[in-house]
Amino acid sequence: MASIEMKNIVKQYGDGFPAVNDVSIDVADGEFMILVGPSGCGKSTLLRMIVGLEDITDGDMVIGGKKVNDLSPRDRNLSMVFQNYALYPHLSVYENIAFPLRLAKKPNDEVDKLVKDAAKTLELTEHLDRKPGNLSGGQRQRVAMGRAIVRQADAFLFDEPLSNLDAKLRGQMRTEISRLQKRLGITTVYVTHDQTEAMTLGDRVAVLKKGILQQLATPRELYENPGNLFVAGFIGSPPMNFLPIEVSGSRGKLPFGEVELPADKARAAEGKGLLIAGIRPEHFEDASIVSSGGREREGGATFRTTVEVVEWLGNETYAYIPFEAPPEVEKQLRQLEQELDGEALRTQLVVSLDGASRIQEGQEAEIWMDASKMHLFDPGTGQNLTVDREHAGQIGEETVSEQATPA
Amino acid sequence: MKQKIGIVIGVVLILLWCLLPVAWIISMSFKDEASITNGNPGFLPGDGTFAGWENYRAVWDNDQFRRAIWNSIGISLIATILSVIVATLAAYAIARLEFTGKRLVLSMALAIAMFPVVSLVGPLFDMWRAFGIYDTWPGLIIPYMSFTLPLAIWTLSAFFREIPWEMEQAAQVDGATSWQAFRKVIVPLAAPGVFTAAILTFFFAWNDFVFGISLTSTEAARPIPASLAFFVGADPFNRPASLLAAAAVIATIPIIVIVLIFQRKIVAGLTSGAVKG
Repeated sequence: MASIEMKNIVKQYGDGFPAVNDVSIDVADGEFMILVGPSGCGKSTLLRMIVGLEDITDGDMVIGGKKVNDLSPRDRNLSMVFQNYALYPHLSVYENIAFPLRLAKKPNDEVDKLVKDAAKTLELTEHLDRKPGNLSGGQRQRVAMGRAIVRQADAFLFDEPLSNLDAKLRGQMRTEISRLQKRLGITTVYVTHDQTEAMTLGDRVAVLKKGILQQLATPRELYENPGNLFVAGFIGSPPMNFLPIEVSGSRGKLPFGEVELPADKARAAEGKGLLIAGIRPEHFEDASIVSSGGREREGGATFRTTVEVVEWLGNETYAYIPFEAPPEVEKQLRQLEQELDGEALRTQLVVSLDGASRIQEGQEAEIWMDASKMHLFDPGTGQNLTVDREHAGQIGEETVSEQATPA
Repeated sequence: MKQKIGIVIGVVLILLWCLLPVAWIISMSFKDEASITNGNPGFLPGDGTFAGWENYRAVWDNDQFRRAIWNSIGISLIATILSVIVATLAAYAIARLEFTGKRLVLSMALAIAMFPVVSLVGPLFDMWRAFGIYDTWPGLIIPYMSFTLPLAIWTLSAFFREIPWEMEQAAQVDGATSWQAFRKVIVPLAAPGVFTAAILTFFFAWNDFVFGISLTSTEAARPIPASLAFFVGADPFNRPASLLAAAAVIATIPIIVIVLIFQRKIVAGLTSGAVKG
């Protein structure tokens, strides 16, 4: 068991490209830390630097109070689950799991006991004599985990371990990993590009973009208090809606109509002119349901608009409402979309309505919006102007300057 | 159905084409020596000319032949083992490491393979006599190694490139040194390649005639193919055809045994399980 401290870690490749730029993350003993971000954000590189497969250009990597920058992987006592599992195809499942123990020259009876224990935990007992090539994807995944837990490692490292599984199995293995980690109470760093995994597994989540730490906070803090446009757009599914808003006094003008802003948000936006408003889909509702259900809330606003597409999922309904954005906002949104690996063709609002809603496609509908949950972002820097800093964890300080000097 | 018959006919034709000379050698080795001199044209020995194991016994009792077999087995095995070890290490470096001169090593290897064997016999003969390794085992092992290394290196580096990097990295994270990762993970995974290289090397060494006859002068190192050329029976003007045939059959047995052993390994290696998920 050990904590992992990353201090101003930099990874620069031969061509000078910084894959990881000045990232500092402290992983406490026993903590489940998630590194998340779109492809190419440096999350895997960072993980490989922790385990020692990648040299560290600058900064300190401290594991269990000991600087490990120059130690080889075998001297760091960490165990890792690779994306493609990296099982040894010529060895049986038993020998695959026993591999680290054999290298440590453990006596045979101890190896046997540890392997059997690990196999039992992962329900692999009946497969011990088989070769990895004959196993299903989920079983291989479990063998890879068995190889990781069989040894008394200081920490577990996972590199997108579920990305090769189908959706159903992924959900099951996610729960399995979470349970295992809780039971063993071992420090874990987990890399993923899937925000569902990030939200459900992590004690804390570090969001990275282009090698720079954007925000490091608990999943709830990230969701409720994103530090900037990027984090806001990345966390949540369907993603947060971004609308142009013109604030004057306490009134905000959205493409669909005017809304009364809460006093603190209005103050934060004072004199800034055109901003980007971020509202999550669930903070909209079918106005008729709000009023009939007696769920009228403070600080709301209703507006009429035409719904283009409706997706009814039973428990809820997604409605898509297109809107026009001014060019400067649209440019920013397009860039954001690119950074998120997305391919949205138009600016549209996605709202999540109650499943009981009767709104039809192409119909004019009355939509209610909860303005108190709205975030306001600076279109130039992408910063969240209305962030509650006490509940937002650690927000990357580089955001502003990074925007000014594009990589 | 028609296709099947076609395949069967094709296979029989090819087998006839390939195996008839072998079958003839075997048939000849069972014919009585005197009867061959007199003419014994049939495939099966004619009446009263069936020699049984007589020729084989005669060959085996021949001291010269036994020495030659021993030389051939020893020289070929040593050359194969050394060549495969060196080629494995070299191919691993070529497949995994970036170093200056990598292209040079590869093109040099090809260049060596391009040289006609005959053109080097003269210089080698001179050099070996100067070094004092003419007519010794090392005198043959060294040329065999240098001529088979290029092919072995190229074959093996192709195999190594197929093995994902993650295998080694996983082994290192599991606590292996680079050498342990190489020995316990990479080499077993490349086993089919290693055995392919070994077979090719062994064939070359076993079948070589030019070096065998030029770089030896006595039974101290003369391998079988060269030795067969010196095989004379009681009458120097009458080549003992049936004895030669028996000797040729015996000389073929080790290679068949080795191919059978290695082939099983190659097949086992190919089917032991996919690397990818």
